[in-house]
Amino acid sequence: MSTLQPAATPESVTTESGVTVTGKRRKKSAAGNAAKAISSPWASLVAVVIAVLWTLPTIGLLVTSFRRQIDIQRTGWWTAFSNPGDFTLENYRQALAPSSTSSFSQYFINTIVITVPAVLLPIFLASLAAYAFAWMPFPGRDWLFVAVFALQIVPLQVALIPLLDIYVNKLGFGASYWSVWLSHTIFALPLATFLIHNFMKELPGELMEAARVDGAGHVTIFFKILLPLLTPALAAFGIFQFLWVWNDLLVSLVFLGGTPDVAPVTVRVAELSGSRGSAWYILSAGAFISMVVPVAVFLALQRFFVRGLLAGGLKG
Amino acid sequence: MVSSVVQALPVGILPEPLLRAESTGGKFLLMAFAVLLFAAIFGLVLFLASLFKGREGEKVQGFLFALPAIFLLAVGLLYPAILTIIQSLRGRSGEAGFSLDNYVQMFTQPELLTVLRNTALWVVLVPFLATAIGLLYAILIDRARGEAFAKALIFLPMAISMVGAGIIWKFVYQYKQTERPQIGLLNGVLKALGFETQQFLLDAPLNTLMLIVVMVWIQAGFAMTVLSAAIKAIPDDIIEAARLDGVSGFRMFRFITLPSIRSALVVVLTTIGIGTLKVFDIVRTMTAGQFDTSVVANEFYNQSFRYNAPGLGAALAVLLFILVVPIVTYNIVQMRKEA
Repeated sequence: MSTLQPAATPESVTTESGVTVTGKRRKKSAAGNAAKAISSPWASLVAVVIAVLWTLPTIGLLVTSFRRQIDIQRTGWWTAFSNPGDFTLENYRQALAPSSTSSFSQYFINTIVITVPAVLLPIFLASLAAYAFAWMPFPGRDWLFVAVFALQIVPLQVALIPLLDIYVNKLGFGASYWSVWLSHTIFALPLATFLIHNFMKELPGELMEAARVDGAGHVTIFFKILLPLLTPALAAFGIFQFLWVWNDLLVSLVFLGGTPDVAPVTVRVAELSGSRGSAWYILSAGAFISMVVPVAVFLALQRFFVRGLLAGGLKG
Repeated sequence: MVSSVVQALPVGILPEPLLRAESTGGKFLLMAFAVLLFAAIFGLVLFLASLFKGREGEKVQGFLFALPAIFLLAVGLLYPAILTIIQSLRGRSGEAGFSLDNYVQMFTQPELLTVLRNTALWVVLVPFLATAIGLLYAILIDRARGEAFAKALIFLPMAISMVGAGIIWKFVYQYKQTERPQIGLLNGVLKALGFETQQFLLDAPLNTLMLIVVMVWIQAGFAMTVLSAAIKAIPDDIIEAARLDGVSGFRMFRFITLPSIRSALVVVLTTIGIGTLKVFDIVRTMTAGQFDTSVVANEFYNQSFRYNAPGLGAALAVLLFILVVPIVTYNIVQMRKEA
């Protein structure tokens, strides 16, 4: 049971960075050997081809987002470099201008407003529950934990329609942020509780015992001892949840619809792709506006991200 | 029990000003309010828990700590899931008498059979292609110069949204008649090589394969990262011993590398398989499921929210659930074995 948790992967992640640091002293590896078998120049060529195939589509749209509307429709983006003077920021200006009809700025703000509570709330609740499941004996604890664990397999699609009904007809939320905040929290709880529980379980019990002997209550232990130790696990889950919510389409589409009042960028971009599929000047700029934050987070916090990703592959 | 809890929920729990905000400042205020409210609930639970002392009180404390999460999961996930299962058994509208009509329809109606066929195609192709490419790349760049950079290139698609990926590839597939200047990269290449340009997203079954490419593009980075870590974890002495026995090259890969990373491979394949079963954003963004490209998760959305057939939608959601269970179970078993 302890293997689904983030602590199971950090060694491999650190080896990874360790290897790049000590890259000079190149050890032979099984994989290196296999690569040599395909003979070095060919191996490099194949690697380069894959790398190019994987980056070229993104570069294409990125270049396009800096071209004039008229050029985008007339010539391929690969011809743009012959006339570098034609590059423009006009698409981004239009996409970000608060007044223009094709603006993404309202949607971008919605994405931020949706994401922050939808990341914090499951962390609050899951760490509380995980602490109870890990270190506080209470009746029915074990089967409740198994139940929470088992809920990881429920695809969120199964809950959407009745949940929408509860929000609209019972709680009166309608198309408001509250629906998505709560939904993202609910869908994240099984995984979050499970991950944080496993991490807590790894901490030495003597730590807790000693604190108890000194007269500390559970509340004190939770804040003073556990929370600081938990930071890596919370960060791993937090980044994972951040990217999940930021990039989500389905939950927002179902609960919020497409109005600029509440809908996030992803919903707007998907909608534009359907209704104005050839408006590439605005689509390309909008797509990159929505991507810039997650990519920056990824580059800055790659290690945590990889760790959370390995552990969280089951989510959704 | 849960249903009576739901019945007891207050109608219109929040006043209008706390529900919606028009201005940017108002939105951020609302966000701050929500975070503070959640923090207050968090604090209240802790405060209540601290009131209970002694051995008996400790049991109450534990239950109180777990209560908010358990309550939300019961009301927001378990109860809706049960309702969905019931709804799937009550006809197209989800309100008629009990029958298996929706499930019968799913396996007989031609359009829905196409959806099932497409889903099968996705689930077979995406995990294997993504894993194969990820593994090949991981091996090729293992301990090469600039490995971290080479990895980031392949991994970056994981960080962007599937909507973004859909837009990126829709542009690659963009169609113009052959004699006109091309703006889509793929048709540009076709034309340069002297072929007719293609409507990649319109012609079935080619279009489903073109959508599958996008998912492979996204998932290969995940496969590469996990497998690369697994390869690096193979103990050096095993490799040394094999080399002393004269094993090298492809035989080394076949008899040493592959068996050593077997459980990581299974985890990667099943994890990607689960993600692929639930794929929605790509199809929705690129074709909206038209031209015979729909898959189960997309058809669930269409039936439930566009074609006014919530019963059929519910049945599709249940199908998704049933398909996911064996893969998740296998995945968890393998993950346990791995450590």
